[in-house]
Parts: sequence; C-alpha cells; structure tokens
Amino acid sequence: MTENRLAGERRDIPAASNIESLSDLKGQGYNVLVDMTCVDYLAQGRTPRFDVIYRLMKLDAATGMDSGRIEAHCAVGPEAVLRTAKDLWPAADWLEREVWDMFGVSFVDRPGIKRLLLYEEFEGHPLRKDYPISRRQPLIGPRSGDKADSPSFNLHKPSITGQ
Amino acid sequence: MPLADGSVAGVMTTQLDAALGWARKYSIFQYPFVTACCGMEYMSTAASHYDMDRFGAGFPRFSPRQADVLMVVGTISHKIAPVLRRIYDQMAEPKWVVAFGVCTCTGGFYNNYSTVQGIDTILPVDLYIPGCPPRPETVIHGLTMLQEKIQKTQGQFR
Repeated sequence: MTENRLAGERRDIPAASNIESLSDLKGQGYNVLVDMTCVDYLAQGRTPRFDVIYRLMKLDAATGMDSGRIEAHCAVGPEAVLRTAKDLWPAADWLEREVWDMFGVSFVDRPGIKRLLLYEEFEGHPLRKDYPISRRQPLIGPRSGDKADSPSFNLHKPSITGQ
Repeated sequence: MPLADGSVAGVMTTQLDAALGWARKYSIFQYPFVTACCGMEYMSTAASHYDMDRFGAGFPRFSPRQADVLMVVGTISHKIAPVLRRIYDQMAEPKWVVAFGVCTCTGGFYNNYSTVQGIDTILPVDLYIPGCPPRPETVIHGLTMLQEKIQKTQGQFR
C-alpha cells in the first residue's frame, strides 16, 4: 500500500491562534473532529515538548462518505496557550479533558478543567514521559500498589473458617 | 461447632455443618462484578452450552445483599477498587470471592499506573481462576473446587 487515505495531510498550526486555524479548516469542510490527542517529545529534547493533534474529517452528510482528512499539530508546552475547541466541535470537551488528564496540557479558557478518566486524588499526569513507570497511587490497599506477599494469607481468613 | 468438652452433642452439630455445606454449595447465588472482556467468557459459561446451572450456580443476583459468591470478572482499576471493596462489605456472611481471569489474580499484563495488581491486595480471595480469558471448562473446574471449599465451611453466621 503506497498511500493511506485515512492518514490525511499533516499541517502545523500555531498554538496561540489554534481556534482561528481550526475554524478556518472547518470552513473548508472539515466538519468532524475525529480525534484529539497529544504526544510528549521529552525524550527528543524538543521545546515546546508536546504536540497536541487534532484529526479532522470531511464528512458528506448526504452520502455518508469520508472525502478527505487532515491532521493539525500544535506545538505547546505544559502552560496554557491553547484555547478550547468545544465551541467548534462539542466532542472536543471530553477530548480536552483527556489531554489534560494524561499529559497535563491546559487550556486558557478552561481554568477549572477536570480529569476525565483518573480520580481526583491522582497526582501528576501518567502519559508524560517523565512520569515514573513504576509509580503507583492506589486509593485502597497497599500504598506501593505491589502484589500481596502470597495468596496463602487467604487460608486463614474468617469467612472460610467461620471463626 | 463441636462443644468444648467434646461430648456427643458435637457429633450432631458436625453433621449439621455438613448438611448446611451441602445445601450451600448447590445453591450458589453469585454476584457477577463484570468489568472487562472476561465477562464474555462468564456469559458463555452461564449460557446453555456450558450451563453453570447444572452445578448449582445458575442464579446471578444483582444485589450484593442477596449474593454469597462475589465473582470479580475483569480488570480492576484503582479508581473502581473502593467500589468493589464496598460491594464485598455489603455481602452477608458466609461469603466467598472468586478472582476470574488473570487480571483479577495478579493484574495480568497491565502492570501500570491504573490497574490493581491482583484483587487480593484489597479483599480476601477464595479461588483464583487464571486464564486470559479462562475457558468455560476452567471456570467449571474452578466452580467445583469452590464447592468443595464451601462444603468444608464451618461456623455460625448471623
């Protein structure tokens, strides 16, 4: 396969004016926000370290056909530069919360943004490359999140022996 | 419970325990706590081809207060762990816990920030059924092993 139609064209857009660029793309017919995600380029030593990626699709409502895709990349740091795209596509609401949850990229006009998947007690952002791979933050159970020593401790539990 | 002095009355209660164990092991009301893909295998075991009901475990109850076996089926994340513990605490004694699938036994291949590394870190487990997911035959084997364990259960429960 020489060409992947689903990949689409890649375009870099400035983070400070992301809404202008995105509404421009929406005006060109990219009416569906397929996905919004983020990549951490810490290991490559890049500044700014994150790429927030908007994947857009031209969906013809009459035929239901996909007639072109585009991938818009915004290079940002952890500080709030981007503005929210939820007024263009309501789907961006949860996707932005996921990007905040996993990567800690914040948005200028969403100061009180909530985590989407993890619990409020969680500290840090687990998909950042500098989040320690072995760090565990359980709500209950051993604080280290390690396995129990041995299943044999269950042999003496009250509900089996009735004592 | 046998009497402390070892008198004949103890024989009666031992036989009563055996009868209660026999009754309990063939009338398992399980609470399926299904969170992931193992649930499909649980359904397959419960449906007519394998039919868990043949072994006396055909009646899932969706209230923990009416259940006596908690079947934890699927990956348990740290976020849902307090919920699972609360379900366990709501169940009336005597109660048993089955870890169904390798994610509940040890965390499986999810050794990451979000997954509980075996539900035995948060509640006591009676039976581990490994497999990703376990075959229905494995589940039925596990169920019969659990029945042996239930048969041996002694004591008084209120």
